[in-house]
Amino acid sequence: MSQSYRYMLGNQTYHFKNLAQLMAKATPQRSGDRLAGVIAHSAEERAVAQMTLADVPLKNFLNEALIPYEKDEITRLILDEHDIKAFAYISHLTVGDFRNWLLSDYATPQVLASVRMGITPEMAAAVSKIMRNQDLILVAKKCHVSSAFRNTIGLPGHLSTRLQPNHPTDDVNGIAASMLDGLLYGNGDAVIGINPATDNVAQAIKLMKLMDDVIQKYQIPTQSCVLTHVTNTIECIEAGAPVDLVFQSIGGTEATNSSFGFSLNTLAEAQDAALSLQRGTIGSNVMYFETGQGSALSANAHHGLDQQTCESRAYAVARKFNPLLVNTVVGFIGPEYLFDGKEITRAGLEDHFCGKLLGIPMGCDVCYTNHAEADQNDMDNLLTLLGVAGCSFVMGIPGSDDIMLNYQTTSFHDALYVRRVLGSRPAPEFEQWLTKMNIMQDVSDTILSNRLPSAFAKPLRAIQGGH
Amino acid sequence: MKQMNTKSPFTHIDSDEALAQNGAVVANPWRDLRQFTDARIGLGRAGISLPTAELLAFQLSHAQARDAVNLPLDIRRLTTLLSTTSVLENLDPPLVVTSQAIDRLTYLQRPDLGRKLSEHGRNQLIDYVNRNNIPNKPYDLAIVVVDGLSSLAVQNNAQPFINELITQLNATDTPLTLAPITLVQQGRVAIGDDIGQLLNSQIVIVLIGERPGLSSPDSLGLYMTWAPKTGLTDAYRNCISNIRPAGLPYQEAAKRTIYLIQQAKKLKLTGVNLKDRTQDDVIEHQNNTKNFLIA
Repeated sequence: MSQSYRYMLGNQTYHFKNLAQLMAKATPQRSGDRLAGVIAHSAEERAVAQMTLADVPLKNFLNEALIPYEKDEITRLILDEHDIKAFAYISHLTVGDFRNWLLSDYATPQVLASVRMGITPEMAAAVSKIMRNQDLILVAKKCHVSSAFRNTIGLPGHLSTRLQPNHPTDDVNGIAASMLDGLLYGNGDAVIGINPATDNVAQAIKLMKLMDDVIQKYQIPTQSCVLTHVTNTIECIEAGAPVDLVFQSIGGTEATNSSFGFSLNTLAEAQDAALSLQRGTIGSNVMYFETGQGSALSANAHHGLDQQTCESRAYAVARKFNPLLVNTVVGFIGPEYLFDGKEITRAGLEDHFCGKLLGIPMGCDVCYTNHAEADQNDMDNLLTLLGVAGCSFVMGIPGSDDIMLNYQTTSFHDALYVRRVLGSRPAPEFEQWLTKMNIMQDVSDTILSNRLPSAFAKPLRAIQGGH
Repeated sequence: MKQMNTKSPFTHIDSDEALAQNGAVVANPWRDLRQFTDARIGLGRAGISLPTAELLAFQLSHAQARDAVNLPLDIRRLTTLLSTTSVLENLDPPLVVTSQAIDRLTYLQRPDLGRKLSEHGRNQLIDYVNRNNIPNKPYDLAIVVVDGLSSLAVQNNAQPFINELITQLNATDTPLTLAPITLVQQGRVAIGDDIGQLLNSQIVIVLIGERPGLSSPDSLGLYMTWAPKTGLTDAYRNCISNIRPAGLPYQEAAKRTIYLIQQAKKLKLTGVNLKDRTQDDVIEHQNNTKNFLIA
């Protein structure tokens, strides 16, 4: 059931043919929506669309599916699993009222958690479109989401990092060198996660064993992940490999996910397989998902929706499988979707807000490519804003330079910067390990030891003696 | 990049005086591990921040990568190089076409245009096919070389890789019939499917300049599609990444490509259902996860 929307501005009537178009036109400017041809034609049309959207009752989102129920398993997931009881608390609100309510003192962390399952991704996307950056930060900070495997991610006041030791030929010593660098800079509590250069089952198993060996030998309270296709990971589990987390890139439409080569059933099968290994010591969140605005359009699977609404729908997929980590890789996709530092910043804050509001452990790959109009200063800004917003985790990589994926993300140093200026800390279990290993002299003030920790001095001496 | 610490200080402690003399930079004794990786490890720190020299070195790399994105492909040089490659001497000279992206700025903002052949390019291919009566004798393989985001990658690596691939292919039991090589300016991966379909080829291989990295401005990517046709998604393609001497060497990349070609012919598909298992044997018979941390 689809209705059209109108707004009278002076003598002029603005007309929006349906909710999908209204959402798209209300979206703050970005290149991907221009590419898709769904962007507002003028700044005024955008502002009017935002005013029109503010008057839309939240209930409309339950009556008007943006992608037809029959055509898309994610629409079915969203509507079939919508919790009417949780929704009751906010069911009388319009989108504009919802913003006020979220910002109000009534919306405490507890209340926000209790309405979570009554909020659909489209409601989250809609309200985000009429929120300023500071609103996105303030509300996200109130949404507490934690998850656990061998440590606890997402506790208030904590910021974790994915240690990303990628190497262009998956060289085991090269990977180990970046791992050591990261650990000695206090990084790696969210996950040690490798994007393999060679993407096959045998290579994934090799890298899983490599990380498992290191985690076991040094008794590191963290988890590992090889970011290979979900069907590869299922094969790895069948082959007896030490799989901690199952990875998959996900999108917000069924057609996007088909283009990635999986369905919701595939994810369910993979989750079951990983759970059967029982490798988590303090929790059983076994999934690691990555998302990013623009992926649906890139797969020509956006159904005329704007890219931020598609992105938010991906969080329904994530939420279904109780992930340990969800990572929006915000600037990776390139300038055709997010043109410059300003657009990347806005998208990062929107994604983090929508994810947290929907109850997923949201982190952000604060990043850019060399063909985007962005630089390190833009990344510093977004990283700081996300730190303030209570982002669950960011990436950590040597010197911001991913020599395999060819893009720039946050460095080990950057994570320490945020921890120090905001007083945030790593996962508690990991923090204890950093102290015990003498990597950090004082975790609460983010002070590293000046001395090389003895556990790592020995292997380094061996290397030095060997050549 | 300048070596900031040439001592062998695996057990040393920076005294406060030493730190003050060194501009308060704490060096990382594990910087020697750079023998294993080009990653920017062991940078040292000023407090918890990047030392000045490292900060400036990074900015220089970024400036160079930004410049590389805008460097155009030297088509004449590449055409000459391919035309004089002996394993290609039985082929017609390369067909040179452009996408619908008219310039670099359009290319960067409109990937949809980069995926489509220009009208002129399409007509060129149709003419070629009609002139040579191709519809009646389909090719086994079409190789499409695309500038992508790094013309440097194509300029440096396309010809030597193709030379190696064809040499290895000719040594197999079932050599393949090859379409003339197509060179594309301002192109994206999917344009190869269009071209493969027009040339009536069973398999298309796209060689494309990957987005330039700070430390690797010349990575060549390879994408393979069985039964190429307009509109296929990434799920129908196999990829081999980072082909360059300092990354995946030509010989190894060619070996993996031939494996994928043979599997594609056997299974009559490419994409997520074709797993690259070239290394399975190697890994099963080798305990090669040992590294210095586990020694």
